[in-house]
Amino acid sequence: MGLELPKYPEMEEDQVFNFTDSEIVSHVKQALASVLSGDNNSYNQLVGVMHHSKHLAPDEVALLETTLKALAGAVSSIDITYHDSLLSAIFCMSMWNYGPHVADALAELIVSLAISNGKYLDLCLGMLVSNFTPPPYFLDKLKMPHGLERKGQVLSRVHAAFKKIADYVPLAPLRLLTIVLQGMPTIYHKDRAIVIYVENMLKLESGEIGELVGSTILMAVVDRLIELDVEIGWDAILQDDFSKGIFEMELEDVDDIEESAEPDVGEFRLSRKSLAGNSIAELLDNLLVLTFEHLESCEREGRLAKVFETLLQSFQVTVLSAYKSKFAQFVMFYACALDPENCGMRFATMLADLFVQDSQPQPTRMSAVSYLASYLSRAKFLAASSISSMLKRLVDWCLEYCEAHDGDINPNAHRVFYSGCQAIMYVLCFRMKVFVDVPRLKSELLIPLEQVLKHKLNPLKVCLPSVVEEFLRQAKAASLFTVCKTFIFDGLLESELSRAFGGLERLDTFFPFDPCLLKKCDSFIRPMFVFWSMVKPTHDDAFDDDDDDDGSSDDYLVQDFVNENEDIMNDEFGKSFDEQGVDMDDFDYALKKMSITPKATSNYKFGGRFQEPARMPSRIRPSTSPESL
Amino acid sequence: MEGLSVADANLVMYLHPSKSRNVSQSILRELGSLLFKFNETFDGVLLAYDVNILDKQAKILSGVHPYFGLRLKANLLLFSPKPDMLLEGKVVKLSQESIHVIVLGFSSAIITAENIRGEFKYRTKDTEELFASKSHKRHVIKVGTMIRFLVKSFDEEILHIIGSLISAHTGSIRWLDRHLEEDSEFDRSSMKSRDREWLGDKTVDEGATPMSYDNHIKMSKKRRITE
Repeated sequence: MGLELPKYPEMEEDQVFNFTDSEIVSHVKQALASVLSGDNNSYNQLVGVMHHSKHLAPDEVALLETTLKALAGAVSSIDITYHDSLLSAIFCMSMWNYGPHVADALAELIVSLAISNGKYLDLCLGMLVSNFTPPPYFLDKLKMPHGLERKGQVLSRVHAAFKKIADYVPLAPLRLLTIVLQGMPTIYHKDRAIVIYVENMLKLESGEIGELVGSTILMAVVDRLIELDVEIGWDAILQDDFSKGIFEMELEDVDDIEESAEPDVGEFRLSRKSLAGNSIAELLDNLLVLTFEHLESCEREGRLAKVFETLLQSFQVTVLSAYKSKFAQFVMFYACALDPENCGMRFATMLADLFVQDSQPQPTRMSAVSYLASYLSRAKFLAASSISSMLKRLVDWCLEYCEAHDGDINPNAHRVFYSGCQAIMYVLCFRMKVFVDVPRLKSELLIPLEQVLKHKLNPLKVCLPSVVEEFLRQAKAASLFTVCKTFIFDGLLESELSRAFGGLERLDTFFPFDPCLLKKCDSFIRPMFVFWSMVKPTHDDAFDDDDDDDGSSDDYLVQDFVNENEDIMNDEFGKSFDEQGVDMDDFDYALKKMSITPKATSNYKFGGRFQEPARMPSRIRPSTSPESL
Repeated sequence: MEGLSVADANLVMYLHPSKSRNVSQSILRELGSLLFKFNETFDGVLLAYDVNILDKQAKILSGVHPYFGLRLKANLLLFSPKPDMLLEGKVVKLSQESIHVIVLGFSSAIITAENIRGEFKYRTKDTEELFASKSHKRHVIKVGTMIRFLVKSFDEEILHIIGSLISAHTGSIRWLDRHLEEDSEFDRSSMKSRDREWLGDKTVDEGATPMSYDNHIKMSKKRRITE
């Protein structure tokens, strides 16, 4: 392509210093003005310089830089109609293609253009936002040192340009916000552009104009996380066998099992079966890690409390109302972990407040208490006093409810109540130690709790049997109180009644802070997470020695349960064994450790050595109990 | 400063039924969303508002979503610069090509070189850029100076003003105010706007006076506005 570079009068490399900046600027102004009179020659040459971007020789680079600088001085002469080819050339330029000097000159030009006339503001901001992401050919280079260097260079200039424009045009951040939100890549983009785009968004939040745009940006990021989260769920549901169970209550982490055991069948399928699901999971993983790192930097800068308010609001609006969000809620978990006294308590209090508010819709209240229960159980960083105060609040509310409602057992009518009771029992399964740590709690909590559990509404019969069973076992071992009636669960994981109170959304089996299946995220969350194996009571010995009648009947029940489920577990295990064998390596070791059933492992790994069945079943699958099949 | 006015407005605001739990908050939110945007009905940029609910009862519109209409009375502070108005702002950037000004802290204005009268010459003094008047040594414009300029055009979308320093009573406010009384040969023929009495006690009609005369701002004519 015969490209004729503009010939500045006698401009050669050694003579450049003969021309002052203003002379060059006036030359450019002349070229621009001449278009109005019909003479396009020098103007076309100018445009040509703009388009020439690849494989530039050093003198071409210098020419480009000089031209850009001159244009910056001549912005008042640029007309939006006559010079539209020049403008479109400028707006298509990507800083990623050039070195630092040209990038500087380009940034300066964009800033000058933006502040000179309102018509160019949106276009300039749009051009800067499009520089958030590198051109396609560059995406792979991002991980290499050269790529990283270029990235730092470009992004620092882009964000500095935003600040400069905001200084001279105070309302620019408002328009920038709209442009940034509109420009967010959708989750269906095959390239990983969204990760670097979100990185830029978070950089804006922590940057100098962060005060103006920060909260909206954070909420948009959380929205995107939920979108991805929901994508995973649906893929699995649509493609997967429903009986495998998507939302599994995972109580066990097998730290003690060293070998890589195969993952829980259900979750395995959740993430493996649909490749689309897998790449989305990876994307979500990366974005969550970005968010975690951003929260860490907020905490270092002392801004976490303020950012947390936005997150809290976002949680209520987006995450809480999403249908059983899977991983996005870990953003809250991590933020709380960074500041347990303030943020940690704030989160718990917000959830408890939502639960007790009559004006909130039922699913919201049930969802809130499920989040609260899972959070109180899994958060390693919460003080015993915080947990006990929350428990007390729940128990008090349940007692009040009991006293106000004199009816009989009715899962449909008292859904919120049953979910509250289940929450209390679930937390106590994990945190029975809290009675030891907080001495007065026993006296404050036990009597009302006993009254609630023995009330006519009969929560022990309605709540999820596995939770109730484990709770009763632990309560008995700790000699809290004894239950007169023996509950015959027949080894049920769930029951008609629990399904009834759970409703269509199955909020009876919703434990949102179960171990995170995304590997990178999990490495962040792990240190502050309570796994079931860590708090699993060692009352097995006590159990074996137990000679009571009650004990033996329980024993019998447990054995029954184990036997029944063995069949189910073995069935599935057998079915999917081949698959598992093949795809194993794709999955991280830690991930597999998360979802293990002892029965399956023992058959597979330890050739016959039976590990003691966990008292609480490690897998609760909705609709796999015999009744539903 | 011209362009600022206070208006009394009778508004009817239609709210979605979901907002009925907290009506006052919804009203404030709705009006808040109008701030710093040019509004055609008000013919100006809404800067501030003070609102009262006239009637506790509201009419419900029939339809798929039964919106209800609230009658409100509001005091609105509006900013609507028109060509040939004099505005005041602070200089934030100065170069040979242009002077960038910010008006009222939110609206940006630019005065390009061709709109600066020949009296002012661009100079660099100790790395500080400034425009100095050739005829009056003390009359200097640099970054941080409050200047008075004429409006040439106003972009309602971005709230961006194109201004000019051509006419004689534009320039640094401090200098202008100090020397205005001295200069009896005040040439007013170049100004196309209505008469303005600087001296005497006459109140100014369009409610526009320089910022130091705040107490003379008079409420502009009441307008009936329905939304």
